[in-house]
Amino acid sequence: MKSPAEALELETHRPQLLRFALMQLRDRGAAEDAVQETLVAALQGAASFAGQSSVRTWLIGILKHKIIDHLRRTAREKPLEGLPEELDLSDFEAAFAEDGHWREAPADWGNPDQSLEQNRFFQALERCLEGLPTNTARAFMLREVMGLETAEICKELQISASNCWVMLYRARMSLRECLDMNWFGTPQAPQVAKTGAKSKGMKPRV
Amino acid sequence: MKFRLKCREASRLLSEAEDRQLGLSERVTLRLHLGLCDACTQFSKQLGFLRRALAAYPGPEEEKTDSA
Repeated sequence: MKSPAEALELETHRPQLLRFALMQLRDRGAAEDAVQETLVAALQGAASFAGQSSVRTWLIGILKHKIIDHLRRTAREKPLEGLPEELDLSDFEAAFAEDGHWREAPADWGNPDQSLEQNRFFQALERCLEGLPTNTARAFMLREVMGLETAEICKELQISASNCWVMLYRARMSLRECLDMNWFGTPQAPQVAKTGAKSKGMKPRV
Repeated sequence: MKFRLKCREASRLLSEAEDRQLGLSERVTLRLHLGLCDACTQFSKQLGFLRRALAAYPGPEEEKTDSA
């Protein structure tokens, strides 16, 4: 008979956990450590796995904690490298004309949530995330994937709140442009029934 | 307080609105701007989508419609 841990086939999740960790840590050794710690913790806790979520969701939940632990340790050990370049937003000047308007207006992505059902979308997203500079990617993923508040991110990465907002802006500007070029409007994306009228109806909640 | 926003500034505020509570004057100027600006309205929707996409990361465990 299989032990609880064997029954969960934890090892089969290793590649995906590693990719998830790599995306945020940007350091293979650190990512492998975090995944190893996750699998060990899961092995020890396998008997108590309640089966209320999928095994993968459970493992990723553990991995998130390991990743944050790691970032916390390294931020204390050494200051972030390359931060000044990432805080300089002049590379986004090209997105706006001299009068402050968009040079190229952001496109209507139609009904983009259909993409969330496709793994190919997430592969495209990962490629876009890989294009972000290290600190920006870390801050952004702590915010959006881990769901930390800015104040917590500041503490983990030892940066100021305004620097944090600048990096999050950089991340969003880059990602929207990257997804626009590499997913939306490409044949891979779900075909969207474009409404002719420019959507004026849905107001963003501000 | 500046009454009129440029898209450059509006885009910054829209991003910060994802991370902090904007002040009253910021909210008012931003609303006024969005009422007139389709481009920033689209940008704002794209930010909302980014948030949902990252919350769903790493994606579905079972494919639904990825046969293309």
